Amino acid sequence: MNNPGFFQLVGFGQQGWGPALLLGAVVTVALAVSGFAIGASLGSLAAWAKIAGGRLSRAADVYTTVLRGIPDLLVIYLFYFGGSRGISAIGHLLGAEGFIGFPGFLAGALAIGMVSGAQQAEVFRGAYSAVSRGEIEAAIAVGMDRWTRFRRIVAPLVIRYALPGLGNVWQVLLKESALISVTGVVELLRQSQIAAGSTRQPFTFYFAAAVLYLVITTVSSLSFFKAESRFSRGLRRS
Amino acid sequence: MDFPFLADTFLRLCGGIPLTLLLALISCAIGAALALCLAAMRLSKIGPLAALAHAYVFVYRGTPLLVQIFLVYYGFGQFPLVRHSFLWPILREPFWCAIIALSMNTGAYASEIIRGGILSVPHGQIEAARACGMSRLTQFRRIVMPLAIRQALPAYGTEIILMVKATSLASIITLMEITGVAAEIISETYRVIEVFVIAGALYLAINFILTRIVQIIEHWLTPYERGRPALPLAASVDAGEIA
Repeated sequence: MNNPGFFQLVGFGQQGWGPALLLGAVVTVALAVSGFAIGASLGSLAAWAKIAGGRLSRAADVYTTVLRGIPDLLVIYLFYFGGSRGISAIGHLLGAEGFIGFPGFLAGALAIGMVSGAQQAEVFRGAYSAVSRGEIEAAIAVGMDRWTRFRRIVAPLVIRYALPGLGNVWQVLLKESALISVTGVVELLRQSQIAAGSTRQPFTFYFAAAVLYLVITTVSSLSFFKAESRFSRGLRRS
Repeated sequence: MDFPFLADTFLRLCGGIPLTLLLALISCAIGAALALCLAAMRLSKIGPLAALAHAYVFVYRGTPLLVQIFLVYYGFGQFPLVRHSFLWPILREPFWCAIIALSMNTGAYASEIIRGGILSVPHGQIEAARACGMSRLTQFRRIVMPLAIRQALPAYGTEIILMVKATSLASIITLMEITGVAAEIISETYRVIEVFVIAGALYLAINFILTRIVQIIEHWLTPYERGRPALPLAASVDAGEIA
C-alpha cells in the first residue's frame, strides 16, 4: 500500500482531514471572536476607569500591568483548572459527586478575553487621548448632553484612532487562541494534533494548520485595513 | 492560609526560573543575530533576498508560536532523512527544539523592529557620513547602527518581555520551566489560585527587572536627551500608545 500524498491527507476525499481541519478553523475563529468581544468590554471599562482617575483607575492599572506581564498560558490554566474547581465546589453544595469539568471553550474565551482586555484598555486610552479637546468643546457648545457627545463625537473618533491598535490586538489574540488546545477544545491546532496522531504524519498536519492560520491572519489584516479606510472617511491625509 | 504549602510551592517554582531565563536568553541572542541578517536582507537592493526575508517575516508573524514549536519538535521526525542525519541528536531534544522555534520566531519580530530603527536614521546623517569619506561599512558601524539601536531599544525591550512570556510554551513540550512546574503542582494539588499567584508574581518580578535594565541602557545611551523636557505628545507616540 502506498502512502497517501499531502493533498489526499489534507483534502476532502475519503482519507482527507480537510473538513475536520476547516471545522477546527471555524472553532478557532469563534474562540477569537468571543475572546475579542470579552476583551473589548473589559478593555473599554478599564480604559474608562483609567481616564476617570480615582481609586478605580489604580485597579485598572493593576489589571493591565499584571495581565500584560504574565504568560497567557498561565491565565488559561487559571481559568480552566480554577473554573473546574469552582464549579465542582458548587456541584458539591448541590449534592453532585466528584469532579465536574468547566467547559474548555468558555474557559479559553474568558482567559484570552482577560488578556486581550488589558491590551485593548491601553489602545482605547491612547485613542481617547488623541481626540482633540476642540471637538469635545464644540460638541458642548452645540448643546449636546454627555451621552449624545459620547455617541456622536467621542466614540466614532476613538474607533478611528483605535483601529490600527485593535488590529494588532486581534492578530495577537488569534495566535494566542492556539494555546487553548491544551484544555482539549478541538480548535484548529488540537484538530491537527489529532490528525497527526492518527496518521503519524505530524509535519503534514502542523504545516496545514500553519497555512490555515496564515490565511486567517491575512484575511483579517486585509479586513482591518478596509475598516480603517472606512472609518477614516472625511479625514484628509497629507 | 496554608503557609507551608505556599513556601513549598514558591521554592519549587523558583526551581523553574533558571530554565525560563536560559531559554529566553539563548533565543534572544540567536534571534537578534537572525533579525540583523533579515533586516539587512530586507533593506538590501537585491530583490530575491529582500523577498525571501519578507516572506519569512510574513509566515512567522502570521502563525502561532505553538504551531511553530510543534512543527520543529514533532514535525521534523516525520522524515527518515532527518531522523538519520547528524541533526537528529539536536532535534530530538525538547530543549533545543524550543530554542530553535523561539529564536526563529523572535528573529522575525525583531527584524521588523531593527528595520524600523534603521529606516528612522535621518538621511542627512548618512549624507554627512558619506561626505566625510566613510566607507559603507564604516557608515553602518559608526553612524547608522548607533542611531538605529537608540531608536529601536524601547520596542526591543517589549520584545524581550514577550519572549520571557513565550518561554512558557516550552512547558507544552515537557520542559519544566516556571509554567511547567506550575502546571505540575496544579494537577497534583488542584490549588489553582495559590500556584497561579506565586507563578504570576515570579514572571512579573522577572519582567520588572528586565524592563528596568532596558530603561537603564536607554538612559545610558541617550545622554543628550537628559535634562531636556520631553514633549508629552512625542513621549506617548514613542511609547507606542498612539499607533
